[in-house]
Amino acid sequence: MLQAVNAPTQQRFKLGRVGWSLISLLALVALWEIAALIAQSRYLPGPWAVVEVMIREAEAGELWTNIAATLIRVAFSFVIAMFIGSAIGLALGKFKGADLFFDSWLIFFLNLPALVIIVLCYIWFGLTEVAAITAVAVNKIPNVAVTMREGARSLSKDLEEMACVYRFGRWKTLRHVTVPQLAPFFAASARSGLALVWKIVLVVEAFGRSNGVGHQLNIAFQLFDVPMILAYALAFVIVVQIIEMAIVQPLSARANIWRR
Amino acid sequence: MAPLTHPLSIRIDKKIFPAVGGREQHLVLKGIAFDVEPGSFVVITGPSGCGKSTMLNIIAGLDEDYEGAIDFGVDGHPRVAYVFQTPRLLPWRTVYENIALVVPDGDPRVANIPELLQRVGLSSDAAAYPEMISLGMQRRVALARAFVLEPEFLLMDEPFVSLDDPTAQALRELLVALWSRRPTTVLFVTHDRAESVMLATRILRLSEGSASIAQDVAVPLSVADRSSRAKVLAEQHRIFGDG
Repeated sequence: MLQAVNAPTQQRFKLGRVGWSLISLLALVALWEIAALIAQSRYLPGPWAVVEVMIREAEAGELWTNIAATLIRVAFSFVIAMFIGSAIGLALGKFKGADLFFDSWLIFFLNLPALVIIVLCYIWFGLTEVAAITAVAVNKIPNVAVTMREGARSLSKDLEEMACVYRFGRWKTLRHVTVPQLAPFFAASARSGLALVWKIVLVVEAFGRSNGVGHQLNIAFQLFDVPMILAYALAFVIVVQIIEMAIVQPLSARANIWRR
Repeated sequence: MAPLTHPLSIRIDKKIFPAVGGREQHLVLKGIAFDVEPGSFVVITGPSGCGKSTMLNIIAGLDEDYEGAIDFGVDGHPRVAYVFQTPRLLPWRTVYENIALVVPDGDPRVANIPELLQRVGLSSDAAAYPEMISLGMQRRVALARAFVLEPEFLLMDEPFVSLDDPTAQALRELLVALWSRRPTTVLFVTHDRAESVMLATRILRLSEGSASIAQDVAVPLSVADRSSRAKVLAEQHRIFGDG
């Protein structure tokens, strides 16, 4: 009896994570709308005006080609940076002498402003696709290297000995002992790295490419076309969020299944 | 499998730990020499820090920086299993996978795993991950992992420490059951005197300091005697002069 009475009340108040996210997003949009109404300026359009621009750009195909161009650059520079950064990090974690020598180099590159790397890449390699991707990758490599070095340093000697006594051999040890220990570090550097690449790739495009979201934002900036800027920003945020939820989060959940 | 006829021969003339971080270099083991008859259960005991674990690591081939020689008395690679002081399971692999991984690919011994799991009482936990089961259960997985190999030599380094008494006792009985079903040469390190008498057919006591062998005695108890508390105590008194 009591349960029958209680159940509907509970259900009404249980929103869950998705529900709360929706409400909070709606609140943000409402706040934006109110601000736009008060400002009444062409430099602060309301949400609907921005969505209209987005739909117009999407119908013209501009939105998709630019987002695709940006995504391809992100993919290339991300993969290159993860690969080279991991190799450097693991080598430094494993060989103490190399670590002592190259540590200062790593600190230097970590603190080198992204803008400096971008400008130098364009000057040295010309306004080319290679220069753009190199600039993004070089910005990210030191971060990946530092995280993966930490991973290599924390490899368990206990498990290595176990694998040695039980004659796992090189391949089995790598697959079942070493890689699973490095996976959390790889995932961490992939996530933080992706966040960094998203941001830097736009700057690189604004400076020296003739397509991509960054290029489009640069043109909109020169025309002071705020609806266009917000339309591209919004579309980009949505795409990034979809990739986070559809690829990155399921992968890291799968990798952590064994944790208590 | 050819029967083992030669004894395992262990000779460690000198083992030195180099100076590390303010600690001076010191002699851990010196003048250790003994043979182990195939199928015997040798317990190595002595005060903590006397070099027992170092000795096992040398025998296991994990530490090659010593003067001396280990001769397993078999042709080719001896089949060695090692049960460590901590279970040393792969946390990202299930109980079953942890056991199956030590068996070489395509080896028929994989087929013995279900029966072995049942013997150690883990049949229903085969798909669990190590962090989700208790320490006592993890130690049973480590035992099963060692026995699935049907090892010629089984090294054990205080495998039942940090367990409550009943759990440790149950595991000792499980070990005796597994061992008497499939006898193999065991080298078992412990500082627990009652445990050593209960398990061993022979006890080696190491001396304090730079350890050498201080005492080498046989333990003439039958399997039935070993589950009798009184008989174990009497034997413990005979060997160690206490209990």
